[in-house]
Amino acid sequence: MKFIPLLWSSLWRKKFRTTFTLLSIFVAFLLFGLLMTIRTAFSFGVEIAGLDRLVLIHKVSLIMPLPISYQARLQATEGVTLATHNTWFGGVYQDPSNFFAQIAVDPEPFLKLYPEFKLPPEQVAAWLGDRQGAIVGADLARRFGWSVGDRIPIQGTIWQPKQGQVWDFNIVGIYDGDPGIDKTQLFFRYDYLDENRRQGEGLVGWYVVKIDDPSRAQAMGATFDEMFANSSAETKTTTEKGFVEGFAKQVGDIGAIMIAILVAVLFTMLLVAANTMAQSVRERTSEVGVLKTLGFSNTTILALVLGESVLIAVIGGSLGLLAAWAFVQQGDPTGGMLPIFMLPTRDVALGAVLIVVLGLVAGLLPALSAMQLKITDALRRA
Amino acid sequence: MFNWIAQTVAVTALNLRTIPQRLGSSAVAVVGIAGVVIVLVSVLSIAAGFTAAMRDSGSPTRALVMRSGADSEMTSGLAGPEVDIIKQAPGLRRGDQAALASAELYVIIDLPKKSTSTAANVPMRGVEPAALTVRDEVSIVEGRALQFGTNEVIVGRGATGQFAGLGLGQTIRSGQNTWEVVGIFEADGGVAETEIWCDARVLQGAYRRGNSFQTVLARLDSSDTFDTFRDWLTSNPQLNVQVRRETEYYAQQSQALSGLIRGVGFGIAALMGIGAVFGAILTMYTAVSTRSREIATLRALGFNTTSVVVSVLVESLALAAIGGVLGGVAAYLAFNGYQTSTMNFQTFSQVAFAFSVTPQLLVMGLVYALVMGLIGGLLPAVRAARLPIPAALREL
Repeated sequence: MKFIPLLWSSLWRKKFRTTFTLLSIFVAFLLFGLLMTIRTAFSFGVEIAGLDRLVLIHKVSLIMPLPISYQARLQATEGVTLATHNTWFGGVYQDPSNFFAQIAVDPEPFLKLYPEFKLPPEQVAAWLGDRQGAIVGADLARRFGWSVGDRIPIQGTIWQPKQGQVWDFNIVGIYDGDPGIDKTQLFFRYDYLDENRRQGEGLVGWYVVKIDDPSRAQAMGATFDEMFANSSAETKTTTEKGFVEGFAKQVGDIGAIMIAILVAVLFTMLLVAANTMAQSVRERTSEVGVLKTLGFSNTTILALVLGESVLIAVIGGSLGLLAAWAFVQQGDPTGGMLPIFMLPTRDVALGAVLIVVLGLVAGLLPALSAMQLKITDALRRA
Repeated sequence: MFNWIAQTVAVTALNLRTIPQRLGSSAVAVVGIAGVVIVLVSVLSIAAGFTAAMRDSGSPTRALVMRSGADSEMTSGLAGPEVDIIKQAPGLRRGDQAALASAELYVIIDLPKKSTSTAANVPMRGVEPAALTVRDEVSIVEGRALQFGTNEVIVGRGATGQFAGLGLGQTIRSGQNTWEVVGIFEADGGVAETEIWCDARVLQGAYRRGNSFQTVLARLDSSDTFDTFRDWLTSNPQLNVQVRRETEYYAQQSQALSGLIRGVGFGIAALMGIGAVFGAILTMYTAVSTRSREIATLRALGFNTTSVVVSVLVESLALAAIGGVLGGVAAYLAFNGYQTSTMNFQTFSQVAFAFSVTPQLLVMGLVYALVMGLIGGLLPAVRAARLPIPAALREL
């Protein structure tokens, strides 16, 4: 502890150099935070997808509908807590570039199945009482400036209404949730869709089933698929987590690309920092000699140089992480293309570890050479 | 004036010649800048490749008819009788009586992606016999064309590469249908190369679509007859359709994704660039400070300060240029032509494409490197020029 003032003053021996080293480490960890955020965004919330929820889709592909009659059979299966269905609406609000997800659901079981969507009780009641009612995520409401009571027209692309060209929805509730929950979706009532669409009556998109024992997910999935085998609509069941993972993999391995970029960034910064440290120790050869003459042990010298390098890394790195965090708090800058925009705590912790490692590795060689320096050599060189 | 040039050249040559003595810190600057250029060029090459695949898919002499309100082929729907009317429209090319138009179905089937062995949404297109004449860029490169009325399919070059089980002679099982691959086709690198083509009539049966289609792709008489074609269809009270040039359709399809990739790419590269500028500043600063005595000596001998400034800048630019070239070459070798596929959100289906490191991207990378070098050299250069001569000479 008593060496902190010494570390501090040697740090500012060359203000110019220290400032720019700090800045480059700052930028490296700002990037670290942002890349990790992008990586999380492209995993589409796989971290929070439930293991006790199974998703049943048509075996041929996701776009093929399933009959609503499966609902009762799924619900009656042993081990099923709750079964419900979702239907992709895919409508356009004002302009195709205003993309957001609209999904037709059965409100009561839907809200029970997804407790992570938090909706005030009076808004739940309003939704159950209004056939044209819809609930929207807080982020989506903010994006379009919607509030409860608004009536919004959405043009159907897959489903055409029996009358007119557009579907009207009343916003009866705005749901919220923890960070990492997708708050950019619109959910509306399936009965409204089913009664008013021109074709496709009695068809739903996919089923979500909550089971009482997550360890039996695989067996339950097989049971369901067997139940509907050889019917006109065979199913394929996966856990919700597996479903989301599969979806993310379709987009491509964004995670691997982000990590490759990060490795490049951190490696470069390591070079810069190590080079600066080496330079700064080289310049102080005579000072190190003086310190040793005064009785500083070799290990203390080692610790001092390493400490200086770690100190630079910690100051620059933590400021960078902080800046990344602050940026992410502003929300998704693309206006809805990256619904899950957050910096996970786990990645912040990883960043902290990397900061210390960077400091240690960058300081190691200069520290060792300072430690091994002979007093006579050091003083003669001066 | 001449004297000044001679001085500048002399000091600059001295600087450049002594770079090997400062190899360590110079390498740091070069590697830093090369890293930024690699990331910039490779990320943008993803967007360039994707956009190129989408752009090459469309032809201005073809028009795509969809139900009005549909935003992609996937969500469109046209009844059989509507299709018959569409084929009557003026402005459409006709060969041997029949209109050069193909009524098509567009669905997706789940097939495992080779790279991850997880299911991917592979687009499957039901076509009419005219399809190959309508799309004249399509050619069978292996096997033969499909026989209409059977379960035979032909598969695009990109799809065979990206998804499992699509080789010539293999059988695809999907639900209760089986399809036999009899040919592989190419389409000038367009998105059709990610698709599986089969007979639309057979697909109607397999997907219980009755006598309905999703789109009609029509070959126009010429690019100029588009308006005639469109106006006739959109003003026809029996129809409720929208007509778009194929090029426009694909341009709009690629907008969102390539915009996102570009945004992310430029954002990352800008930030990394700032980091690399700091790296370059440190390097040049080190270069200046280790030679402060030499620089002071030069100035004491009467060398001009601007010559010193220019020499430092040139050194920094030279390092940046080396970094830029190295980065560009590395990105080109590592990524150009790299085959991958991603999901196109508009149709929910896979698009195979190749990363494309274009000459424009390489030039852009090099320019960016030089800008970084210029900014990185500026501060140290000014510092070198401002160095008080007596103090610098006394310095060790």
